[in-house]
Amino acid sequence: MSDLTRKTAAELAELMTSGQASSVEITQAHLDRIAAVDGAVHAFLHVDTEGALAQAKAVDDKRTAAKKSGEQLSPLAGVPLALKDVLTQEGVPTTAGSKILEGWKPPYDSTVVKRLKAAGIVILGKTNMDEFAMGSSTENSAYGTTHNPWDLARIPGGSGGGSSAAISAYEAPLAIGTDTGGSIRQPGAFTGTVGVKPTYGGTSRYGLIALASSLDTPGPCARTTLDAALLHEAIAGYDPMDSTSINQPVPAVVEAARNGDVAGLRIGVVKELGGEGYQSGVEARFHEAVELLTKLGAEVVEVSCPHFEYALPAYYLILPSEASSNLAKFDAMRYGLRVGDDGTNSAETVTSLTREAGFGAEVKRRIILGTHALSSGYYDAYYGQAQKVRTLIARDFAKAYEQVDVLVSPATPTTAFAIGDRIDDPIAMYKNDLCTIPSNLAGNAAASFPCGLADEDGLPVGFHVMAPVMRDDLLYKVGAALESALAEQWGGVLMTKAPELEVTR
Amino acid sequence: MPSITREEVAHLARLARIELSDDELDHLAPQLDQIITLVGQVSQVAADDIPPTSHALPLTNVMRPDENVPCLTPEQALSGAPAAEEQRFRVPRILEED
Repeated sequence: MSDLTRKTAAELAELMTSGQASSVEITQAHLDRIAAVDGAVHAFLHVDTEGALAQAKAVDDKRTAAKKSGEQLSPLAGVPLALKDVLTQEGVPTTAGSKILEGWKPPYDSTVVKRLKAAGIVILGKTNMDEFAMGSSTENSAYGTTHNPWDLARIPGGSGGGSSAAISAYEAPLAIGTDTGGSIRQPGAFTGTVGVKPTYGGTSRYGLIALASSLDTPGPCARTTLDAALLHEAIAGYDPMDSTSINQPVPAVVEAARNGDVAGLRIGVVKELGGEGYQSGVEARFHEAVELLTKLGAEVVEVSCPHFEYALPAYYLILPSEASSNLAKFDAMRYGLRVGDDGTNSAETVTSLTREAGFGAEVKRRIILGTHALSSGYYDAYYGQAQKVRTLIARDFAKAYEQVDVLVSPATPTTAFAIGDRIDDPIAMYKNDLCTIPSNLAGNAAASFPCGLADEDGLPVGFHVMAPVMRDDLLYKVGAALESALAEQWGGVLMTKAPELEVTR
Repeated sequence: MPSITREEVAHLARLARIELSDDELDHLAPQLDQIITLVGQVSQVAADDIPPTSHALPLTNVMRPDENVPCLTPEQALSGAPAAEEQRFRVPRILEED
């Protein structure tokens, strides 16, 4: 049989349904691939070999039993997946990329994990990320940087660089990410894969180690639009354990991914997300993709969102403010690291020593920034004003959606940069998320789809689609249309152009 | 004049319960100064009469029925504790010596 790790999730599901492969075989093939290439890629922080194989065997047994009883298994039953290390999985080490949680084994499953397990999706392990999802490169992980499978000297994006690198290195066909300012979409763009941020409240935050509670959104990562949609459907939907969960049916994402007809769809190109600061190869591939959608029957117009230029500064007030409050729970008392508990130091001193030792530089920067933004005397000028700008950004979206069905832009201003390039220049690093942040602030659905390689460096470019709240289906419609038209040109999805990784075992 | 001084950063770090070394302060203070200049751009937006948005969803008072459901066992709850004694979290003393 051809290499199981090259198959899409939908193809793997088909192989299992028709009895041509078992989940144990498929899972083992991916575990072997991880063993062979992860030394170079470092996408995983923990590989749960035993747990994954046990889960796979359980699905295979269930399938055998179901053949007799006629019971239907979930569409992705038996398909392996890589899980971002920010979501709790009972009994499996969960660190959020931080030393402060090293060795912590959560006593409960996050809702996303519960739903993955219920769907029979096999969890291979936990993927690397910037510490507490603060970053755009995985260089802020306390456990080393993940390498981009397209060019190992480059970053894979972040914070969910491990998840996107895992699927682009064929270590898993599916992965879960979380997106607070672009942490699913930007790594998707940088690794030539699909990354979707569902509508805020469309997927549950229960068991997601919080960065900024008003922004955090779990979502799917995959190599194809259909695979992302299948995973989206498996994890989305109302959860009473999350007070900000939307109690409405999940948008028809799978149907949209299968149909992909953009004839008559009104697409708005955001004027403000382009021009100065954007790499020429990124702009070239983006505009070609827009042309292609026009040829497929979409009506394309230019749209202005004048307040988007203030999204980045507003975000870097709102996010640190929420983060400084959320991360106060890491006080060395109930779980995680404890430093300086010598019988003499007070609890307060132990907390301070632990946070000094357990948090990395970026986490400290953002906690201090948030503490400043929320302090009396600065609150109105910073946090208060940022919240007003947030209103204006949401209004820009609302006004645009009166004219068009979806908005589009490049996913990132540049392609993947070299490891080490921006690590000591926080502002250059923050600008990675220029195009993705507005959708987090407004809470709408957004996604990045591969749209080609930049001429100057041969690296993947992401096409960013933004859809109204609870119209996640429109993302998949555009993504599917683009994917099939481009695959016709290229003779396969973009990932087929990725260089082969050296196998070390 | 910087938008934030080294002393202010040291003060904020204390408020946030992060013990910072001198080297870290030397490094962090100028970076935070740059970042605060960047985020200060929000003040350029005329927004006096604009209501603030704290959250993307207009939700208030989400309630669920008050029902008993299984919760973590003491062993599970204490499983990640840095120190535990007699089925409780053991913490360092709360009061400083005077």
